[in-house]
Amino acid sequence: MKPVFMTYTKKDLINLAVCMVLSVLVIPTFITTEYWYTSILIPWLCLALATIGQQVVMGYTGQLALGAAGFMAAGAFAMFNLILRVPDLGFVGSLIVSGLIAAAFGILFGLPSLKVRGIYLMVATLASQFFIIWMIDKFGWFKNYDSSGIITAQDIVILGKPFTTPLAMYFVCLAVTTVLTLLAMNMARGSTGRNWMAVRDMDIAAESMGVSLLKTKVQAFAISAFYCGVAGALFAFCYLKSLEPVAFDIKLSFKILFMCILGGLGTINGAFIGAAFILLFPVLLNAVGNNVFHGAIDATIISSIEQVIFGGLMIIFMIYEPLGMAKLWENIKQKMSLKFQSSNVKDLKSSLSKKS
Amino acid sequence: MEYERKFKIGKPILEVNNISLSFGGVKAITDTSFNVLEHEVRAIIGPNGAGKSSMLNCINGIYKPQQGTVSFKGKQIPDITPNIMAQMGLSRTFQNLALFKRMSVLDNILVGRKLHTKTNFLEVALQLPKVKKEEKQNRDRSEEIISFLEIEDIKDTPVGKLPYGLQKKVELGRALATDSTIILLDEPMAGMNVEEKRDMCRFILKVNDELGTTMVLIEHDMGVVMDISDRVVVLDYGKVIGDGTPDEIMANQKVIDAYLGVEH
Repeated sequence: MKPVFMTYTKKDLINLAVCMVLSVLVIPTFITTEYWYTSILIPWLCLALATIGQQVVMGYTGQLALGAAGFMAAGAFAMFNLILRVPDLGFVGSLIVSGLIAAAFGILFGLPSLKVRGIYLMVATLASQFFIIWMIDKFGWFKNYDSSGIITAQDIVILGKPFTTPLAMYFVCLAVTTVLTLLAMNMARGSTGRNWMAVRDMDIAAESMGVSLLKTKVQAFAISAFYCGVAGALFAFCYLKSLEPVAFDIKLSFKILFMCILGGLGTINGAFIGAAFILLFPVLLNAVGNNVFHGAIDATIISSIEQVIFGGLMIIFMIYEPLGMAKLWENIKQKMSLKFQSSNVKDLKSSLSKKS
Repeated sequence: MEYERKFKIGKPILEVNNISLSFGGVKAITDTSFNVLEHEVRAIIGPNGAGKSSMLNCINGIYKPQQGTVSFKGKQIPDITPNIMAQMGLSRTFQNLALFKRMSVLDNILVGRKLHTKTNFLEVALQLPKVKKEEKQNRDRSEEIISFLEIEDIKDTPVGKLPYGLQKKVELGRALATDSTIILLDEPMAGMNVEEKRDMCRFILKVNDELGTTMVLIEHDMGVVMDISDRVVVLDYGKVIGDGTPDEIMANQKVIDAYLGVEH
């Protein structure tokens, strides 16, 4: 299919239009409960954005990295300090600069990828996770010498207008995520993405074609950390509304890793599907558990059962569809269109046999 | 081969001087020297384990020889890496296929256009007009190569799903896409049937004839080697035992001994 605009095909543009109508018109009209925005939609968008970052480095460039939450923390605390100390920058400016600061950390912690690979690289990148959190904890300056440990995030003000209601914050997250997703798609489908995938699939051959391993890997780490940094800033300012290093612990890094794998490595839409699954499934199980076994089973047992079911599902899923949910979705679409075609053929055959 | 060549064989373009390579105590190549002339088809032959692939890996910078130098285009290159050689105009294929398996045929060949891609990731992300222009040029060139190799029907197929013979073709295509002055082919016809081999020979000669690309190839099929190459170098146990035209090689007693064995 030929791209119509930038790298997007007609189908992409239709999908984008549908998503935009849904997220800008339908959702705000029909969903009025704050819970949906503050606890589901906003974290979903933030984590999907971080997962795109993870996709760049892991799905596209094939570098097993585990430290997304560290970069998110870097972005979040950079944002806090920028708004605090350089108020002239404005919200959007601060967001971009926070992303760039996270990207600088990404470059630093991406350097080991030149020497170590696979599971060893994973361990090496863990350093970013621990170092960044340690640094924020150790030097009071990052937290503006707040002794309580939890700092309240400043209000979001864009062009003099406050964005403090859940709906307004949802729109901020939506706008940032949409723009960055479109840019990521351009990169992934253009020469940049080809270089990433070449390094992933066969690094020696890539180098023999003139693809610099150093440049490509470091670039992927930087872009990945930028996305995580921006996601972290939004996560802190729109979702948590507070800043604490504990929120960006290794559990979050693992969560993003799972979202990436479950969604489908090397896909952008997989980032959204994976994030939705990991985020929504526990909510769904919880709702089912509470409503079906209403009071009959102890709440703590229900929450344990949830974990067991969730873990089991993940294992089953990885066995039957290791390429992730994006692939599953593709297969379903393909089967549907095949069914449609074959039923057309049947119609044709039956009409032919009638004639004879 | 008594036809008028568009690109006359010229001066040495690649010179290998006294290369020695060993892995631990195992000597793969010992004090080997030979040269490759501009626009020629040069074959490297020899029994298994003679050090042919290691030789290509030394030229291309994947292996670092303990001794000796490689000169390319009249310049001695002190610290060879695959990347530097690619930038200087040397491309290659690999013995056991080194394609980007999950990418389509077209994308594989497009990676070969890397050195003709000057735009950076930010420009790509924003899809500036110059990115579109460059991408179109690269795509057009890749399509040209695809139709040259007669693989139009598989251009959107992931390479990993293709049969071996076709993968070899794609790899040649990727090397061609670099528009290099010299291409090293490591067993381009291994595992192919007669028909596929004939096709591959045709492509190699056509590229050499139409573009003037210098070809260095490793091959086991003697018939093929003697047919298509201008000069042949024979390696055995990491040493040169013969160097000359196919006719000279066929008359060389040392080469015959190496291939057929010799009574002791």
